[in-house]
Amino acid sequence: MMDALTLAVIQAGLQQVCNEMDIAFSRSAFSPVIAEADDRSDGIYAAADGALIAQGELGLPVFVGTMAHSAAHLVRLIREGAVATPEPGDIYIVNDPYLGGTHLMDVRFALPFFVEGELFCWLQNTGHWPDIGGMVPGGFSAHATEVEQEGLRLPPVKLFKRGVLDREILSIIQSNIRVAEQRIGDIKAQAAALLVGEQRLREMVARYGLATLRDAIAGISDRAANRMRAEIRRIPEGTYKAEAFVDSDGVVNEPLRIALTVTRAGDELHFDLSDSSPPCQGPMNSVWATTCSAVYLAMKHIFPDVPINAGTFEPIRVARPEGTFLDARYPRPVSGCAAEVSQRVAEAVFLALAPVLDIWAAPAGTSGNFALGGFDPARNAGYVMYQITGGGYGGTADADGLTNGCSTIGISKTAPVEVMEQYYPILFRRFAIHEGSGGAGRHRGGFGVHYEVELLRGEAKASFVMDHGRFGPPGVRGGGDGARNVVRLHRDGETTIPAHLSKDQGLRLRAGDRVEVMTPGGGGHGDPFTRDPALVARDVMRGTYTTAQAESLWGVVLRDGVVDEAATQARRAAR
Amino acid sequence: MADGVIAGIDVGGTFTDLLLRGADGRIHLAKVPTTIANQADGVLAAIEAAGATPATLDLIIHGTTATTNAVLERKLAKVGLVTTLGFRDVLELGRRTRPNPYGLKGGFEPLVPRELRREVAERMDARGAVVTPLDEDAVAREVRALAAAGCESLVIHFLHAYANPAHERRAGEIARGIWPNGHVTLGHELLSEFREYERGTTASVNAAVQPVLDRYITRLQEQLAARGHKRDLLVMNGNGGTVSARLVSRDAAKTVMSGPASGVMAAAATLAQSGLRNAITYDMGGTSTDVALIAGGVPEVSAELSIAYGLPIHLPMVDVRTVGAGGGSIAGLDRAGMLRVGPESAGSTPGPICYGRGGTRPTITDANIILGRLDPARLLAVKDAVSLDSIREVFARNLARPLGMTVEQAAEAVIRLGNVHMTGAIRLVSLSKGHDPRDFCLFAFGGAGPLHAVALAREIGIPEVLVPARPGLTNALGCLVADLRQDFVNTINRGLFEIPEDEIAATLVMQRDRGIAMIQADAPALDDIIVLHSAEMQFRGQTHLIRVALPHADMALENIQKAFEAAYFARFRVELPEIRAVLVNLLTTVIGRRPSFPLSALLDPEARRGGIDAARIGDRDLYADGAWHRAAVWQREKLTEGAVLTGPAIIQQADATTVLEPGSRAIVDAIGNLRVTP
Repeated sequence: MMDALTLAVIQAGLQQVCNEMDIAFSRSAFSPVIAEADDRSDGIYAAADGALIAQGELGLPVFVGTMAHSAAHLVRLIREGAVATPEPGDIYIVNDPYLGGTHLMDVRFALPFFVEGELFCWLQNTGHWPDIGGMVPGGFSAHATEVEQEGLRLPPVKLFKRGVLDREILSIIQSNIRVAEQRIGDIKAQAAALLVGEQRLREMVARYGLATLRDAIAGISDRAANRMRAEIRRIPEGTYKAEAFVDSDGVVNEPLRIALTVTRAGDELHFDLSDSSPPCQGPMNSVWATTCSAVYLAMKHIFPDVPINAGTFEPIRVARPEGTFLDARYPRPVSGCAAEVSQRVAEAVFLALAPVLDIWAAPAGTSGNFALGGFDPARNAGYVMYQITGGGYGGTADADGLTNGCSTIGISKTAPVEVMEQYYPILFRRFAIHEGSGGAGRHRGGFGVHYEVELLRGEAKASFVMDHGRFGPPGVRGGGDGARNVVRLHRDGETTIPAHLSKDQGLRLRAGDRVEVMTPGGGGHGDPFTRDPALVARDVMRGTYTTAQAESLWGVVLRDGVVDEAATQARRAAR
Repeated sequence: MADGVIAGIDVGGTFTDLLLRGADGRIHLAKVPTTIANQADGVLAAIEAAGATPATLDLIIHGTTATTNAVLERKLAKVGLVTTLGFRDVLELGRRTRPNPYGLKGGFEPLVPRELRREVAERMDARGAVVTPLDEDAVAREVRALAAAGCESLVIHFLHAYANPAHERRAGEIARGIWPNGHVTLGHELLSEFREYERGTTASVNAAVQPVLDRYITRLQEQLAARGHKRDLLVMNGNGGTVSARLVSRDAAKTVMSGPASGVMAAAATLAQSGLRNAITYDMGGTSTDVALIAGGVPEVSAELSIAYGLPIHLPMVDVRTVGAGGGSIAGLDRAGMLRVGPESAGSTPGPICYGRGGTRPTITDANIILGRLDPARLLAVKDAVSLDSIREVFARNLARPLGMTVEQAAEAVIRLGNVHMTGAIRLVSLSKGHDPRDFCLFAFGGAGPLHAVALAREIGIPEVLVPARPGLTNALGCLVADLRQDFVNTINRGLFEIPEDEIAATLVMQRDRGIAMIQADAPALDDIIVLHSAEMQFRGQTHLIRVALPHADMALENIQKAFEAAYFARFRVELPEIRAVLVNLLTTVIGRRPSFPLSALLDPEARRGGIDAARIGDRDLYADGAWHRAAVWQREKLTEGAVLTGPAIIQQADATTVLEPGSRAIVDAIGNLRVTP
């Protein structure tokens, strides 16, 4: 067996190769989604089956599991002769969601890594392109009913052949997407990142030799599996159930149900999602790779110290939920799967295990996409604006939840108000805490955001892809639910809400109209009647809850803002 | 012009260090314990320990951690905020992040709690046009309310004040008429840059540390004056320059990260006198390691640093990245039996086992003791002596036996893996700035830097290690050599060719004039005043900024465009002629150059005359590359110029230990640096 030091050093080295690819990609990418929001990921995959060898620590969490699926499909298609055989210097491009992807905007590049003429592994990355064509700019449709409406779908093809960019494929891509001239910058950055990885990996091969590297990769994977098994043994044997709901699919106004059963058997965890809703008409279907990855990323959130490679997820068995909206097949539309559905799947995992692990109540769990497309007469130019927002995180056993936390699947920051107002004909009337939104509990949920945007000039159309408009993020262990997501349109003196609450598109706005959004708070953790009354009084003083809420939610009676101890005791005892 | 007798005094977490240069050019040192309650006592003790008195000093340059500690320990002034109607929660909402990529735990408390964040009607748009006029009565009302609530410090922070500060200025006038002291911070005065959360947080940090710094500096000045010192101090800022004590509190936030900055400035001065231009500075301490880049002789400066999660300070500061690994990093096996080093740290309390303060888990420092790299008799922070056998026993139990290794092998594995992690961190810091670390030398200082630097350089492939004459007094040296410095940033954020040329020149000239006025306000002896203009630019659609030097204020737009394209190509190797450039920020740095002095004086020339044999103080067993070696032990202070040492060897001095790995070779250069080929 390999010695412990070599194993640890090679593990750190492979990790470093991936981290350097992540950095190289972000620092030269054009798309703000990649450069600022880090909506990308880089990794190394096995030649034989696409299994994950190592993945960058700076990548977007949702890609934790998807790229191994993508690599596996690529390896299979090459073996079947459906895709051309790799040669040194090639880079494949693919964004097909059904071949191990997410939504169409997530474009994968894969570079075959050869040593002495033999394929040793794949270097692969994913980057979220700001547009991939389709019926709405940016790709987050609320109304698509087939994948063709969502944009350009690329099967695996060689974008670079023996190191040379294929201008013909490039021109097909550029003819089918918006703001095409900037994409050449992203394509160069995405390919350059893989070349950085190739060079660094070559240095490792030279230093350690192929045989040692192979042994170490196997050893690292075994260790990760053992590590995950050890973590799993902390969960009491048994079966745990939870459900989570997507508001609607954007087309049919009915909730979609995620039904999860988790079983700990020995040192494995089995995830069964087969009782979930059938495939839906609108774009809230999830492809298998994304569903599976959502379970993986939830487990990585729960056990953050476990390194990520194929072994990590070996003891996590997710049964493919055939016949449900979580295993969408062509041509089901899927643009909501990465941003929203994956977060509901992760929420179900959290809710199932929260009773037996020291974790959190449900987080807001929506990316809060609000897109505004219009024409600015002052600049005589069209524009597409994206506003994303966070929400409250769930309370934990030790603390209240974080306010305005990032989506579960992301790590990206939002743009400042001052930057948005520089670029678009809008004025924010408010950017504030969503008061009262944190679910009650011994430790309450964090707060969502409450913002209001006014259109200053011209006309525009608003689209929303959000969630938790129908039910708030659930509390756990006796905690209350966080507040729901609310969208209001104030147009021409009238206030309306979208029929699907959190999803709609093409809503016409004129100058002076306003859009108001309140994002969800996190769920509460523990019995609210056991919360320290002083903290309840503090929150009331800060204006985040009312005196009446202090009494109804927490059983705390306040007189002029001061806790009435006797009345509080009586109120709490009388429950 | 000469300065006369000058002292650089740096207050660190444990020690207060002083370097004093006499009128005769000779250097005197002092190292005394830091006095936590009042740092001024330690400063006076250090002056005394160096055989001087405040009355005999012509100039004192001072680096203080008073504000750093205040922020980290949250011992801050109570701050009130007056802001734009609808936006009081900006400081609490941040920009939708979480403390760690994985795990949905953790949080932060904003510096100003919600009940002390008040709103007034007013609004500018992004072009600086008034949307809603300022409600002056509301300003007076809210300012009174905040004073009545016991706030000691006030921030006025309005949306788009960088574009038009009229409302902030007027509100400031009203507030200053009401506020019981001078602690009023206007957001745009400190930082005239867009991004409301970062600008507002920066202003809040300033307000929160201003009274703390003001009290400390006032007390120190009084204590010095009472002992006959006649001049104002110069105080170190995070930008690597100094500012007069009379002005320092106004922009108090600039001192928050000054400690690491002064180390880097000392490195830059040392490099300049060593004929080198590129270095990665590597300052390894007990709990963390500071890494910075010096390219072309100039330390990199960034305005995008954070003190902690949720606490960005967007002021130009020497770009020092902190890696959470140090001598106290703990080694162990994970649940699957895999060897791990860090990220958990024993810190300074309980610290490594060898400190005898209750530490029970193996650390990197303990591994150094086992392998003979570090002499336990020379540790500065030990409470109760711990036997080598008991340290070895912990390594045997926790690491060696489960891994099937000898104790020495386990200890070496811990050091090696720690170095691998450090290597990764150093590579990421340099690569994220577009540099290959192999083009740099490794400038090692701090207590533990020289201990690991040679092995680390081998791991990365760095061709040369430089250990300065006084690795443990680098921050004090940074004070001694620092220039005066003022930085200014104004946001423009328009397409380059949409900007009137005279607007660029007018902004830069305004920045320059402010800087020169501030530097001349209390100038000590200056050789020169240097003005550096630059622009931060990007291609339309991009978010990363590229800094472009502007040779003078009056630049034609075409030439700015050309300079940007050249800088972009140098960094990314990509030409993008089809995309338009945006000028985001205009920046000016004004430097008041103080007289330099020869760093060869740092080592006493008398002590270095004995020849190479006089410097050899013995031998010690050193474990390296899997075997015990007999290593020569040298006394650093006695090494003569041109002396050549070969590894395995150990070089000891009062403030640090340098290890030469087997096969490495060191030469002592003209100013006393060890130049090691790893």
